[in-house]
Amino acid sequence: MTALPPFQRLLDEHAAEVMGVLRGAVGRVDAEDCFQETFLAALRAYPRLDDAGNLRGWLLTIAHRKAIDHHRAHGRRPTPVAEIAEVAAIDSLPDENGVWERVDALPPKQRAAVALRYACDLPHAEIAAALGCSPEAARRSLHEGIKRLRKELA
Amino acid sequence: MKASLERLAERAGAEGLIDVAFANVDSPFGPLLIAATRRGLVRVNLPTYDPSETLEELAARVSPRILESPAKLDQARRELDLYFAGKLTAFDLPIDWQLTAGFSGRVQRAINRIPYGQTRSYTEMARSAGNERAVRAAGTACGSNPIPIVVPCHRVLRSGGGLGGYGGGLPMKEELLRLEGVLDQTSR
Repeated sequence: MTALPPFQRLLDEHAAEVMGVLRGAVGRVDAEDCFQETFLAALRAYPRLDDAGNLRGWLLTIAHRKAIDHHRAHGRRPTPVAEIAEVAAIDSLPDENGVWERVDALPPKQRAAVALRYACDLPHAEIAAALGCSPEAARRSLHEGIKRLRKELA
Repeated sequence: MKASLERLAERAGAEGLIDVAFANVDSPFGPLLIAATRRGLVRVNLPTYDPSETLEELAARVSPRILESPAKLDQARRELDLYFAGKLTAFDLPIDWQLTAGFSGRVQRAINRIPYGQTRSYTEMARSAGNERAVRAAGTACGSNPIPIVVPCHRVLRSGGGLGGYGGGLPMKEELLRLEGVLDQTSR
């Protein structure tokens, strides 16, 4: 078992990425709150964590949950849904080439749909639940967002 | 990002989520890393040692909930600044002795009572800790002092007046003794 490193090292190594993912998922303004909530939750749980093997994945998983909580709390039409599945830890996010910066610049619905799909790995039905819209609308936002990103990155 | 991290340290501190707070402090000898628990100052890392290794050691021995939080070390930073400027002769800081134990612990507490500008021998420290013949162990205890400068192991010399050793290097020991005005009276 790997020993837990000083928590400060998690901040040094992953804070910028967590902030980037959260900006994509909830927008620049609300990312700050989600960022604080993410790391406070991580600090609370840290001493009891028994696997230091994938701390980055662990942090991103917490960040995703906070982003989902945020969307559920701010959804226009809070729809009661069955418990949202645990989000798997993500091992690699393609944050190179400034992709997430482009995502950040998308209109809010598209930005959230893209981030929930690709950063949080949620299926369409759960994106719809998180955003408080129909699955068709979620699919459309995602499609529009991807189309726009393709054009900009081409 | 800097503002976000400062806010986080502040909130984590307010919620009691920081077990070890640390800060980097400039000194005439290079950067010091100082660390404190809720009980008090627990570690001073001299520039000769890798601060990241010291943080790892603290994670293993005290708690991994370690955060850079200079605000929590304001008083220690202020007192160190004054000490290096020659304007402070006695630190008034709570100390957390949890990294010391046994005979070493007793030696280090005895070191902490040596007044500014005075020196003691390793033999005297062994005697203070209750075993006059354990001179070598007293030397080891000085060398493993987790809170150098504040717990003034630089004030412990060889019986003949020789400097002995110092974790921060002998030039630093000499400089600290000179700062306290004792080196000139000490033959080498």
